[in-house]
Amino acid sequence: MKTIVDGMDQSRRSFLINGALVVGFALVPGARHAFADTEVDTLGTTVLAPDLPGSLKTNPYLDAWIRIDARDGITVYTGKVELGTGVKTALLQIAAERLDVAPGSIRFLTADTALTPNEGYTAGSHSIFDSGTALFNAAAQVRQLLLESAARQWKQEVGDLRTSDALIHGTGGLSMSYVQAVAGVQLHRYAIADSPLKSADTFTQIGHSLPRIDIPGKVSGGASYVQDMRLPGMVHARVIRPPRRGAQLLELDQGAIEQMPGVIKLVRNGSYLAVVAQDEWQAIKAMRSGYASARWTEGNPLPDSQHIHELLTQLPARRYPVSNKGAVSQSAGHQYKARVTKQYLMHGSIGPSCSLALFEAGGLTVWTHTQGVYPLRAGIAELLGLPLEKVRCIHVEGAGCYGHNGADDAAADAALIAMAMPGKPVRVQWMREQENLWEPYSSAMLTELDAVLDAQGKLQNWTYELWTTPHNERIVNAGRLLPAWLLAKPFGPAPSVPIAQPEGDGDRNAVPLYDIPNSQINMNFLLKMPFRTSAMRSLGAHINVFAIEAAVDELAARSQQDPLQFRLQHLTDPRAQAVILRVAKEFGWPHKAPGPGSGIGFAFARYKNIMGYCAIAVQLHVQRQTGEVVIDRVVTAVDVGQIVSPDGLRNQVEGGIIQSASWTLYEQVEYDPQGVRSYDWSGYPIIRFPALPRQVEVHLLDQPGEAFLGAAEIVQGPMAAALGNAMANATGQRLLHLPLARKGWHEVLRADSSRV
Amino acid sequence: MITLNVNGQDHHLDIDPDMPLLYALRNHLELNGAKYGCGLGQCGACTVMLGDKPVFSCLVPAVVASGKPVRTVESLGSADQPGPLQKAFIEQQAAQCGYCIAGMIVRAQALLEVNPTPDEQQIREHMAPNLCRCGTHVRILAAIKSVVASGVKL
Repeated sequence: MKTIVDGMDQSRRSFLINGALVVGFALVPGARHAFADTEVDTLGTTVLAPDLPGSLKTNPYLDAWIRIDARDGITVYTGKVELGTGVKTALLQIAAERLDVAPGSIRFLTADTALTPNEGYTAGSHSIFDSGTALFNAAAQVRQLLLESAARQWKQEVGDLRTSDALIHGTGGLSMSYVQAVAGVQLHRYAIADSPLKSADTFTQIGHSLPRIDIPGKVSGGASYVQDMRLPGMVHARVIRPPRRGAQLLELDQGAIEQMPGVIKLVRNGSYLAVVAQDEWQAIKAMRSGYASARWTEGNPLPDSQHIHELLTQLPARRYPVSNKGAVSQSAGHQYKARVTKQYLMHGSIGPSCSLALFEAGGLTVWTHTQGVYPLRAGIAELLGLPLEKVRCIHVEGAGCYGHNGADDAAADAALIAMAMPGKPVRVQWMREQENLWEPYSSAMLTELDAVLDAQGKLQNWTYELWTTPHNERIVNAGRLLPAWLLAKPFGPAPSVPIAQPEGDGDRNAVPLYDIPNSQINMNFLLKMPFRTSAMRSLGAHINVFAIEAAVDELAARSQQDPLQFRLQHLTDPRAQAVILRVAKEFGWPHKAPGPGSGIGFAFARYKNIMGYCAIAVQLHVQRQTGEVVIDRVVTAVDVGQIVSPDGLRNQVEGGIIQSASWTLYEQVEYDPQGVRSYDWSGYPIIRFPALPRQVEVHLLDQPGEAFLGAAEIVQGPMAAALGNAMANATGQRLLHLPLARKGWHEVLRADSSRV
Repeated sequence: MITLNVNGQDHHLDIDPDMPLLYALRNHLELNGAKYGCGLGQCGACTVMLGDKPVFSCLVPAVVASGKPVRTVESLGSADQPGPLQKAFIEQQAAQCGYCIAGMIVRAQALLEVNPTPDEQQIREHMAPNLCRCGTHVRILAAIKSVVASGVKL
């Protein structure tokens, strides 16, 4: 399929306006699917070239990725963004490797709707998978075109030419720079499916740990984040939110706020309120005055937290078959049934959401830490009634978000306020309690599992039913931006649509990778949300892997099989087996936990069953009197295909282990009918230094020359599961309700010991 | 007018006396190191040194900081010439999003100035007020321990 753009323009902006990217975007609203394919491309991308690798499918032109000219040298573009995973450096390594230039000689630009390709969202461990694969191929093809150009100019054979650091060398001592070679080369052309080969053992960038380019600035007070931007004439804004969703503004002492020192404007539109002041502290004081004087209607009632999981089974839902294989049949073998629950979780970014916006000359520019500049642009354009081309969204780093947090909503705030302040750059910063009360949560979930072995101790039947609210309330219309709900003429959110398998939504990793002849797996996707929920690292995989691996351990124990051998016997994929065997070797499996209260646990999953492999073993001990859980040792092995940056991968996996430990042991949003109580860190405790695992070992199984599989989220599920299994081993009790080490959890141990 | 001594320099600022030190540093002295995280002294992203003590700059009114030396992460070195802890954080690649890192470095600095040879347990307890959401803790500990092991005096 070839879509050739009419009237190709020299400037990139014109290309973007006239070209395929915008055309693709405009097609989308009329072409919604029943499912979103991935959490990455829920909006804004159209497959133009299905045979091309990675994001070249949606952005097939080479010059969408790489431009070379005398003014800027070599510029490489990605539609992905740095969320704190180090992916910007890793993508740069890939481009540098395949262009054969030093990373430092590349001008590398990340997501900006005026400049870069539309790669949807930076999410789902997809960045290396999508953008890395695109750059891997586009860069090699551009280098090849440059070689061919030099060969033509010199009348030499391409095969006799070589490159090194942005220079082409011919025979007879000839050389020319890439900038010289690009003359006469048309880079505004479709990529081709097959790229020049380069043996993985000759890589000098890929597979090597290039120090991250952003860290020196971050350790020394550099302007690294959107929060650090200071534009000339910038003013500061704060929003004033209702106490609960659905609450309408009844009255406000507007005059009192407007008379406060430094206050420039009170933005009021229906129940939407924001204050603008010269100085940030003045804006905060005005905001507080607004909170004090505003009177609201009651708003939507909150559910009863004690019975949230029953409520999930009662609310209207659509039931999606996830897997239906064989026929569940009679068996005399061991059976295990479980009911597993998870509470609402927060992304809990350390830096509350922030955004800057400037409306001038009829155009709006928004600086934002969104995960998807293009979908956000469409949402904001609809919200404000501006043509798409009058809105530009530029990504600037924020604190880690781990999914769909307040970033997009804060950008909408900045946009709304900037429209009321033409010519003035506006910076809006959410307060901690605003982030905690208004960010979309990770869904509370319930799963019910019934698994049966055959007479030989092999898995025979697997029945699994799960209940979840959406994990993908990304910005597909203005109504997905929460400020839009508060306006006098509010926008409603688009209907919720789950992400299809194999990526999955609440059902991500709901299908065990193990060989099971008969399985029935269904997802009950709730159409009504007690709380607004959306994407948070690994979506449903966190609880699904936890549940699957608990059942596998229980069935292995009941049939007196070693849990690790049991897993190996149900896996045929040699890469799955390899990570398990590596952990067994490094951990010294099997070994008895040392002493009373100690336990070991093992778990395995392949993320989404199509991405990175992860096996993990945990040793811990519990203090029976206090309930404290001490993680003594964590050993993991991962296979994410060709490794781009070994140290970057290790950093991601270490971080995932600790973050998942925090979710699994401690975290839940607290609420009662009056409101959410987790408005600060005392109401939403997360792991701190004293509770860190004593020892963390990460083993990397590289697959040179194999596809990139993505890394950032592969360990969340397995770590949760290994903790659950180790807690069961340590206590003799199978704990199935997350978080495992919730306040008072150890009562169950006292009750147990009093019986003994 | 309030006089603040920040990173060895006196600054005369016409600001509200109740303005937390954090906002004076960020908006009036254009120092990025101290970050807004919670405004409640619960996360440590805003950590700076007041005298020789680590404090939450989001809680300390600027007027209270007047008359005592304030030090931010900027005083410890630059991207080109990082100080010992900054250098160790770079070498260990001890950051993911990095939003908490300046606060981490300042808090670690406060410990090592008083106790150059803390053991792991002492480091963990000292660092407990500072939150990291990315899970970079293991590397943060490794970076601090590498400075301890190097014997460099801070």
